[in-house]
Amino acid sequence: MSGAAGHALAIRGLTKRYGAFTAVDDVSLDVAQGQFLTLLGPSGSGKTTILMAVAGFVEPTAGAVLLDGRDITPLPPERREFGMVFQGYALFPHMSVAENVGFPLRVRGQSRADRDAKVRAALDLVQLEKFADRLPRQLSGGQQQRVALARALVFDPTLLLLDEPLSALDKKLRAELQEELKALHRRIGRTFVNVTHDQEEALSLSDTIAILNHGKLVQVGGPTALYERPRTRFVADFLGKSNFLEGTVRESTLDGFALEAGGARLQVKLTAPAFPPPGGSVVLLSLRPEKLALLAEGETADNMVEGTIRAWSYLGAGFSLVVATEHLGEIRAVLPAWKAAIAPAEGLRLRLGWAADAAVPVEEDAPPGDTT
Amino acid sequence: MTRTGLGWWVLILPAVLLLLVFYIAPIAQVLAISFSEPEPGFGNYERLFTSESVQRVILTTLRICLITTVLALLLGFAVAYAITLASPRARSWWMLAVLVPLWISVLVRAFAWVTLLRRQGLVNDTLMSWGLISEPLPLVWNEFGILVGMVHYMVPFAVLPMLSAMREIDPRLLAAARGLGASRGQVFRQVFLPLSMPGVIASGVLVFIFSLGFYITPAILGGGKTLMVAEWISLQILDLIRWGLGTMMATMLIVAILVTLAVFSRVVDLRRMFGAGG
Repeated sequence: MSGAAGHALAIRGLTKRYGAFTAVDDVSLDVAQGQFLTLLGPSGSGKTTILMAVAGFVEPTAGAVLLDGRDITPLPPERREFGMVFQGYALFPHMSVAENVGFPLRVRGQSRADRDAKVRAALDLVQLEKFADRLPRQLSGGQQQRVALARALVFDPTLLLLDEPLSALDKKLRAELQEELKALHRRIGRTFVNVTHDQEEALSLSDTIAILNHGKLVQVGGPTALYERPRTRFVADFLGKSNFLEGTVRESTLDGFALEAGGARLQVKLTAPAFPPPGGSVVLLSLRPEKLALLAEGETADNMVEGTIRAWSYLGAGFSLVVATEHLGEIRAVLPAWKAAIAPAEGLRLRLGWAADAAVPVEEDAPPGDTT
Repeated sequence: MTRTGLGWWVLILPAVLLLLVFYIAPIAQVLAISFSEPEPGFGNYERLFTSESVQRVILTTLRICLITTVLALLLGFAVAYAITLASPRARSWWMLAVLVPLWISVLVRAFAWVTLLRRQGLVNDTLMSWGLISEPLPLVWNEFGILVGMVHYMVPFAVLPMLSAMREIDPRLLAAARGLGASRGQVFRQVFLPLSMPGVIASGVLVFIFSLGFYITPAILGGGKTLMVAEWISLQILDLIRWGLGTMMATMLIVAILVTLAVFSRVVDLRRMFGAGG
């Protein structure tokens, strides 16, 4: 397990059709060496199909997979030298932990002595040295997951592919292993490609997230960029929660615009360099619930709205409120609980405000099945 | 015994009585006769060690059963493997092909083999018309004929336990093995074969035990020249009226079956093998 640099992966125009159904539609992606890429999307979005095409289990209808610029599309899975952690781990039940981890080395014809040393190092990496002689079924879910990781890394793969690696674990363990996985990625400097439907996992682990929906790539970017500046309604909604406000542009300035929405006038300041939309056009805004603040008596903000609490719940770290407003419909807000100035109650009137740069304009998504 | 316990016993009483009257009592009687005819004592069992003809029958039976088991396992494994890999549509056709022979009388099948294998049968005629042989081969009324008929009969019994073991193998394991660098051959040898071993052992035990007591097939295809245990017992009791010797061999047959089961119950889960479910 040397600290050798990772390898760069490129996906070019990848398409996979099953009869009339298009599972993956013309997806192109680049993963720089040593990067942690996550393919994120709801089930049926094509993320697993992309991973399987990279691994060599799915033959693309069109497009290519390149490793360091070399076309590897025709190679069978066993010749790609990729480590893979399968969903449900797929540990061999008839082999001990050490034999499982040694399997990739054994099929490569390495000698017993070489194997033993590497297996020990790999088990050491995931802190399972003491469990070498156990059978997989004698391990907990988290331990099995680590064995699968060690097995995928033991032969110095060019790339590590992870198919929903944490989905079978409970929430607390998942958070723990997320941190371990992240630390592992930093330590060994390999290129990782992860598939998940869990947006928190994607945000916390990845250097780059690729968001997929209906087989199409919707947006690619770093976690912050994607969260703060979603390109479409789907991205804003899938990655975290969001309020959506629709209105007509009334006035444009150099770095922002004013919007009329349901009788209210909203100020929007653009954070990323972009041209403000022309006057009269209809714009959809995404506003994260945590960017709303409770306004005290006499306090003002760029944008203000008044309403009554229709529903609320306590989340420990915060209160989640659904506020019915006169002009903007229902608005969701999350307020920090420890310094909330109010005790939420249904029917309570309050004023909420947000800064002009808190809301970002997003596009409506193309309807599914639209292949243009 | 608690009241509910008693209630359960009353419920299964008819089944217990049925077993006692029709199964356990006759077996007990067989055992009793083997020790009492023609005179009380171990005389019949002594023959196991002194009579060459008794030993020959036992050795022939064991040899035929072992060869049958090995051949049925090899053929059955190939069929079960093909069914496991087949598409769902093809799978139901395969299953039909495996199960249909089971519904045809063993007598009919034995005579069918006789017509195929005898001197002027289809096989010999064809081989001679091709000029491959000048004299008909002795294919039937010998050990070879018995083996053909028995293997044919046993293959479905070999297929079913192996198939159920193979279908329990998670296909992701095979994909995982390839993803980790194993060739198709390595996946088969190091993952598929070891994981289907419980089914192979179960099939082997099943086929071997069935083969031990085979009667009709060896009687017809062996032509009375190659004797297996079951036919020999019937000969002793029905033709030679030597009840003592016949029941002694019957007892040995039961003991052999019980010993086989006892040995392999340590290796495989017999309850699952006979369909009791996990």
